[in-house]
Amino acid sequence: MADTTATASNETVTTTEDGIRRRDFLDVAAIGAAGVGGLAVVYPLVSQMAPSKDVLAASTTEVDVSAIQPGQAIKAVFRKQPLFVRRLTPAEVAEANSAPLSAMRDPQTLEERTKEGHNDMLVTMGVCTHLGCVPLGAAEGEVKGEFGGYFCPCHGSHYDTAGRIRKGPAPTNLEVPEYEFTSDTVIQVG
Amino acid sequence: MTKLLSVRLVAILVGLGFAFVALFAFVIGAYNAATEEAQGHLPYAKPVDVDYSFDGPFGTWDKAQLQRGLKVYSEVCAACHSLKFVAFRNLEDLGYSEGQVKAFAASKQVPGIDPQTGEANMRPGLPTDYFPSPYPNAVAAAAANGNAIPPDLSLITKARGDGTNYVASLLQGYQEPSAELLAEHPEAAPSPGLHHNIYFPNLNLAMAPPLTTAGQVTYDDGTEATVKQMSEDVAAFLTWTAEPTLVKRKQTGWPVLIFLLFATILAYMSKKQIWAAVKPRKD
Amino acid sequence: MSFPWAREYQPSNGFTRFLDEKLPLPRLVYNAVGAGYPVPRNLSYFWNFGVLAGVFLMVQIVTGIVLAMHYAANAQVAFATTEHIMRNVNWGWLMRYAHANGASFFFIVVYIHIFRGLFYSSYKAPREMIWLLGVVIFLLMMATAFMGYVLPWGQMSFWGAKVITGLFGAIPLVGEPIQIWLLGGFAPDNAALNRFFSLHFLLPFVILGVVILHIWALHIPGSSNPTGVEVKSESDTVPFHPYYTAKDGFGLGIALLAYFALVFFLPNALGHPDNYIEANPLSTPAHIVPEWYFWPFYAILRAFTVDFILPAKLWGVIAMFSAILLWFFLPWLDKSPVRSGHYRPMFRKFFWFGLIPAMIVLFICGGAPAEEPYVMLSQIATAYYFLHFLVILPIVSSVEKPEPLPYSITEAVLGSDKKAVLGENTTPAV
Repeated sequence: MADTTATASNETVTTTEDGIRRRDFLDVAAIGAAGVGGLAVVYPLVSQMAPSKDVLAASTTEVDVSAIQPGQAIKAVFRKQPLFVRRLTPAEVAEANSAPLSAMRDPQTLEERTKEGHNDMLVTMGVCTHLGCVPLGAAEGEVKGEFGGYFCPCHGSHYDTAGRIRKGPAPTNLEVPEYEFTSDTVIQVG
Repeated sequence: MTKLLSVRLVAILVGLGFAFVALFAFVIGAYNAATEEAQGHLPYAKPVDVDYSFDGPFGTWDKAQLQRGLKVYSEVCAACHSLKFVAFRNLEDLGYSEGQVKAFAASKQVPGIDPQTGEANMRPGLPTDYFPSPYPNAVAAAAANGNAIPPDLSLITKARGDGTNYVASLLQGYQEPSAELLAEHPEAAPSPGLHHNIYFPNLNLAMAPPLTTAGQVTYDDGTEATVKQMSEDVAAFLTWTAEPTLVKRKQTGWPVLIFLLFATILAYMSKKQIWAAVKPRKD
Repeated sequence: MSFPWAREYQPSNGFTRFLDEKLPLPRLVYNAVGAGYPVPRNLSYFWNFGVLAGVFLMVQIVTGIVLAMHYAANAQVAFATTEHIMRNVNWGWLMRYAHANGASFFFIVVYIHIFRGLFYSSYKAPREMIWLLGVVIFLLMMATAFMGYVLPWGQMSFWGAKVITGLFGAIPLVGEPIQIWLLGGFAPDNAALNRFFSLHFLLPFVILGVVILHIWALHIPGSSNPTGVEVKSESDTVPFHPYYTAKDGFGLGIALLAYFALVFFLPNALGHPDNYIEANPLSTPAHIVPEWYFWPFYAILRAFTVDFILPAKLWGVIAMFSAILLWFFLPWLDKSPVRSGHYRPMFRKFFWFGLIPAMIVLFICGGAPAEEPYVMLSQIATAYYFLHFLVILPIVSSVEKPEPLPYSITEAVLGSDKKAVLGENTTPAV
């Protein structure tokens, strides 16, 4: 039988110089491993909040634009957000082309914002680039703002006939989503 | 002390009471068991164990087999069974390209809404659509199948014990009831509209044999479509539909377990080291 | 309270000194699970399971909150959102399997914790309150687990809800109104599902609160130990940290290995296939079984098959609840002066050759179909279960002659020649 009196209080006495080092190393390694494990657990816990597969599954929206008359706009839905499709009148096209780019906050030409051969078809998200409200001007009779395009009532951003920001707090032009004309009358967004 | 004694006294009486009633029920049960004839279970067969690529801790999908199974489902099972938790986009897991999935989806008609009139109509499927149900609702499904609603197959291999083997065996288990069985269990004879199957728990089910002849489905990869092959392929496919993340789950498990093993060994060594100081030393 | 030799917390820098003055949280932790808590030095690995139970409670709370972000408690979509979690949500399958198997592991760990307490009579004075709070935790766990199992709205969920609320229907006169009130309808539906979800979210935090009380009560007398002899001097104890943090860390590693092996490789092994069939109020599964951790009590419920003064169903319900509630009285039923089963020869035999086999039989019968021989076996085991706690334990604890106890924990660990001399001292000093 052992008759030692080793107790908790004299543990350090029995630990040699080497022992301390080895013990420290093991403790640090064990605690480190626990830390790595903890971090690994955070990854799925964080990423579960990102969009799920069904949300990400590139959902495309098809819009038939044949019924839109010049000067009219329709609202569609793309990724659960409003999408404005507007057929510009020749006067609106001219106005958009004549506006001085140098004075704009986010200079872009109408050509850059529309598809070739369809310069009168303005497709933008209906989401103000300031804080995400839906601007007015797409539906019949709504205020179109000082520049005849869209007007966001939340904080007074004015967009022109090419959907470019001209006045107010919004930092950039209305976003043009990825889309293509699948035929002369149908666009596919996304 | 007397109060504590009374607690124990009450406990002893209550305990004897419960024990008496339980044993009384036992005696009655034993008497009944001895005097009444025991009703045996119908002798249904255990599913045959088949090796699949996804079995075991290192299993992976055999995509060619899953594609063959999809074909069996689409051409045979889909006539009656829905697959409502599977979207066409999920088929990319089986090794199909985006374009192939789009084409496959477009070849299926799914319920939609006419954008002009708002009336319900059928439209070609999109990758985001789910496999359409063959029946508009449960009542229609029951009416078309003699009151037996064909179950949705999305989760069937998880909803049955030993599900993958059960599905494959069931599809091959149709046969005439044997004479011995009928002699012993006359109730096992299939009533009209039912079909005898040795793997089905009460031996008779409403589903007619779906896979009857070799070559019923023509495989694109040239595999010979025997009934056994088709049964196993569709069972593999339905294992995928029940748990598309099965292989990813197993593949994630290994690094986790290896890391934990490493961390546990470290924890053990650390614990040993810490405790060494207070452990009695043998002189 | 603590032992006089407990180390005192020493704030090491300005910030911890500030904190110690304004909100002495580090001191609390130091005294609860740090170097300031002296613990008997001879605890076996059975004493790991309290900490493990705490870990699995946290696992359940974390994974549960994640699942609640994606789940919808509506009978129309509950089953579909569960599948949505399995198929679409990033790592959703892992969260759900971790939660479902986490419940099983929580119960495994807690059962071992409870039976450790039963063998070492940890419920005896001065630790009655710890035990009583523990039984409360166990009851809350059972309620939480039952309601959680309803949420996926599979066949077993639905019929489990129906059968368990049906137990209340056994109460004379008021039974049926109570059952309808519990369900908010005549059968489980939206109303029941929503309240079960609400309570399933709430109860774990109630459990957490009672766990804190449980640990608080533990720190009044300090931990028991395998000899059952109370701590006498400093040499009987070691500080919780680093000794038991290290030991618990190792134990946690082993537990997590087993847990994740199940989660990743056999996630459905402890579940029932029928719960992957959506709830169907018109079709009952061939044989309804609760989750495995309820099997022993489910067997007791079903063991009462004969009317005897009261209807059989009522007997079953009363017996099932009594089987757990009687645990509340154990501190007063067991009058042995010795705690540890190691020094109680008769008690030990009844524990290993009576109670444990009876629990195993009840476990097997609870999961088996209601047919012979399971019903008869469960009747014998049920009778023994009640006899053990209510008759055998009070009598044996009065009549048995305990074996000689070591003088102290230190002596038990290190061995001593004094043992023979002091052997007849069978009364632990308090």
